[in-house]
Amino acid sequence: MISTEQPATRRDVLNYLLGTGALATLAAILYPIMRFMIPPRIVESSASSVVAAKVSELKPNAGKIFKFGNKPGILIQTPAGDYRAFSAVCTHLDCTVQYRPDEKLIWCACHNGRYDLTGKNISGPPPRPLEEFKVNARGDEIVVSRG
Amino acid sequence: MRAATRSWFRGGSGMNGRISKCGDWLEERLGWRAVQQVIDHKAVPQHRHTIWYYFGGMTLFLFVVQVCTGIMLLLYYRPSAENAFESVQFIMTEVQFGWLVRSIHSWSANLMIAAAFVHMFSTLFLRAFRRPRELTWVTGALLLFLSLAFGFSGYLLPWNKLAFFATKVGTDIAGVVPLIGPFLLRFLRGGDEVTGATLTRFFGFHVAILPACATALVSLHVYLVQKHGMSTPLSVDPEATPKMKFVPDFLLRDLVGWLAAITLLAVLAAIFPWELGEKADPFAPAPAGIKPEWYFVFMFQTLKYIPSKILGMDGEIIGILFFGLLGLLLLVTPFVSPSGRPRGRSWLPIIGILAIAYIIVLSTFAYRT
Amino acid sequence: MWQQLLLVMFIGQAPAPPAAAGDSCIKCHLEMGDALAAPIKLSAQDIHSQNGLTCTACHGGDPSRSAPEEAMNARQGFVGKPARKQIGLLCAKCHSRPDFMRKYNPQARVDQYSEYLTSVHGKKNQGGDQNAATCIDCHGAHGIRAPKDPNSPVYVTNVAATCGRCHSDAKLMSPYDIATNQQELYSKSVHGEALMKQRDLSAPTCNSCHGNHGATPPGVDAVANVCGQCHVTQWDLFNQSPHRKAFAENKWPACVTCHQNHEILRPTEAMIGGEEPATCVICHQEGSAGLRAAREMKQEIANLQARLTTADQVLERAQRAGMEVSGPIYQLAEGRNQLVLARVQVHRFDPATLKKTVSAGDVIAAASEQSGWKALQDLAYRRKGMAVSALILLGMIGLLLLKIRRLKN
Repeated sequence: MISTEQPATRRDVLNYLLGTGALATLAAILYPIMRFMIPPRIVESSASSVVAAKVSELKPNAGKIFKFGNKPGILIQTPAGDYRAFSAVCTHLDCTVQYRPDEKLIWCACHNGRYDLTGKNISGPPPRPLEEFKVNARGDEIVVSRG
Repeated sequence: MRAATRSWFRGGSGMNGRISKCGDWLEERLGWRAVQQVIDHKAVPQHRHTIWYYFGGMTLFLFVVQVCTGIMLLLYYRPSAENAFESVQFIMTEVQFGWLVRSIHSWSANLMIAAAFVHMFSTLFLRAFRRPRELTWVTGALLLFLSLAFGFSGYLLPWNKLAFFATKVGTDIAGVVPLIGPFLLRFLRGGDEVTGATLTRFFGFHVAILPACATALVSLHVYLVQKHGMSTPLSVDPEATPKMKFVPDFLLRDLVGWLAAITLLAVLAAIFPWELGEKADPFAPAPAGIKPEWYFVFMFQTLKYIPSKILGMDGEIIGILFFGLLGLLLLVTPFVSPSGRPRGRSWLPIIGILAIAYIIVLSTFAYRT
Repeated sequence: MWQQLLLVMFIGQAPAPPAAAGDSCIKCHLEMGDALAAPIKLSAQDIHSQNGLTCTACHGGDPSRSAPEEAMNARQGFVGKPARKQIGLLCAKCHSRPDFMRKYNPQARVDQYSEYLTSVHGKKNQGGDQNAATCIDCHGAHGIRAPKDPNSPVYVTNVAATCGRCHSDAKLMSPYDIATNQQELYSKSVHGEALMKQRDLSAPTCNSCHGNHGATPPGVDAVANVCGQCHVTQWDLFNQSPHRKAFAENKWPACVTCHQNHEILRPTEAMIGGEEPATCVICHQEGSAGLRAAREMKQEIANLQARLTTADQVLERAQRAGMEVSGPIYQLAEGRNQLVLARVQVHRFDPATLKKTVSAGDVIAAASEQSGWKALQDLAYRRKGMAVSALILLGMIGLLLLKIRRLKN
């Protein structure tokens, strides 16, 4: 009796282990698949267009720095109420520019470069104008995209 | 043990009884027991070359891995020049286990092609293409070319610098083919240059056209293998050699191999994640040392060694025609090699070994320089 | 002469080259060829000719007469080749008259001659020096082009070569005891490179600092004002610094003392510090407060640079390993901004103010580096996860092998 029991027990143990092992392996494969299919919370940030700000956020004669791809961009609302967006990378030595409401122009703190509200370099060392982006107001959002 | 297996098929008491009732229901509607019969009777010859039998199944398994991971990637990938790179970046960084799926897809592609080459060379050396298995070989050769096409089209999809230039060079070479070259180039590129149109087109090839062809060819290939059974090498007597049942013996061994493949893929994905590189810039100059994927490298290196002019003709064209001829020979191997039992030495294994040596040596040169 | 001028104007703009019937100047001089015909050939591009002013406008004479003694009669107003001392006056006859010039260019300045008289060139020229530059030496005599014409010798990219024609000529300049290497030094400078190689037309050239017609070296006390026209931030900071008083007392030129006047090179961290080749050691003695401050400032900037480099390296490692670190990389760029600002802040020569800028950069660099390490940790976590899964799978394979062995027996 005992001799027939032992092989049966070993066989059952092995089968049991195999069965559980198979289920575990299956679970280990299915779990990442399930997690993968569920969309992540962060919506993909496209490098070609981005929501820079909400309409309510930006007042006339004000500017905001936003992330555009890997580089900073600057969104301004001119005193007249137009939205304009440019690359915020100064064309002199790559510092990040800022909006000056007192002077109503874009200024670079590093070497005192100045750009007018069309992005043209008007004073100081910057050799070229700022790259301009397209701006569209979509409902409450201001969307900036590459031209 | 065998009794237990058989009882699973035939049904018994309790759980087994319930399964057999389902089986009956399906049998009435699908007639599936015929398939079950075939599988039940399938036997694999056992001899010292049996190990090579596993590579066909391995290639198929890796193909299935590609299909599954590919479908998963499809949920997030965007096939346009503006978005492709960023979408792959998104998969790699934000999607849960996205890095795993993508790295597995890239590594498995390489493993699958490697397995396909091993499978091809082993069937070549074992003369498995002999009558009546010529069509099995032909469909197999076509599948090999298809998998190279899969590799070439898929490589471009992340739209990074390396892929962009590799595609440019590859399609340039296609354009040198006599007569149809310029047409082929425009057909592949979707225009005169490699652009977003090329990307969209390659995406269409990679996820629709090539899979459709592959499904048809794989189905035909697998059906033919089942119809003719496993071929035995010339040195083995097909009647006398012992046979192993496909289910469960061979299948379990297959499973071991497949699990090992999954383990390898997981380890590769974690230790050597597939790089993404930099986004392609059509206006930037080509980086130094562009190389195609390893399975094209020996051809690429050969082209580099060919002199620019041979007997008045462009060296590149000669090279391409040479490889075209080789491909054709591969396709018609069953019809041009000696069949039946050879007396004395045959030239086929020598050619096979020379081919393998050539591939290895040329590839080594390419990676050393 | 003026009547002829008005006559020509009344008829209209004369095309170039003027070959009106009865213009004996052109006919005869062309026939004579070589040097005597050259002025006629140049007149096609000459701005005066293009505006209807012919030979007689400057030289006088009677172009309707063909005999030389009649055409070039001094008693009829022929001036011929003016003496060098007279050239300025000759040009000024038109160019100093606003009522005249505005007929051609309402924006034209009319003070060139009066400026010229204040210049070194002007003074020497009026003193009879034949070598001192006058109008025609820079602008040409015939074939004069407008300054905004790129082919003009006074177009912004050509100015240095034009000045250098005399000022780099050692033999010519030997009586004046001035250096002759300014053009060479300038061409090696940041300004020279910007203007000549990068074609940045806003870069300064000789006349930007020395003036055009009133060309004079700015003078020790004025030179910094010139630099400060463009380099405003540095100039402001310098004026708040202890160097301002010290330099003024010692009559040292502000910017030039450290940066030179012509060979202004791109400043690097090597310029500041307590050891050679820093410029600070030229004045500050060992053990002085100034040298201590210099060492401190150099250290602060070097530290920030080192931290930024480390952060960059960690992030690059993470990126190459496949981790997403574009956010921290973007932030690190802000840190680099601070480094640029710090380099400008040096001109305040105060370690305390410099420290504020440097600290801001330090914070950013530290945060970015931290993100990089976290990404690498995530990578390690993934690998551990993979190791665990691999073990489980290997276990499964082992079980299968056992099963196979079982079935074989």
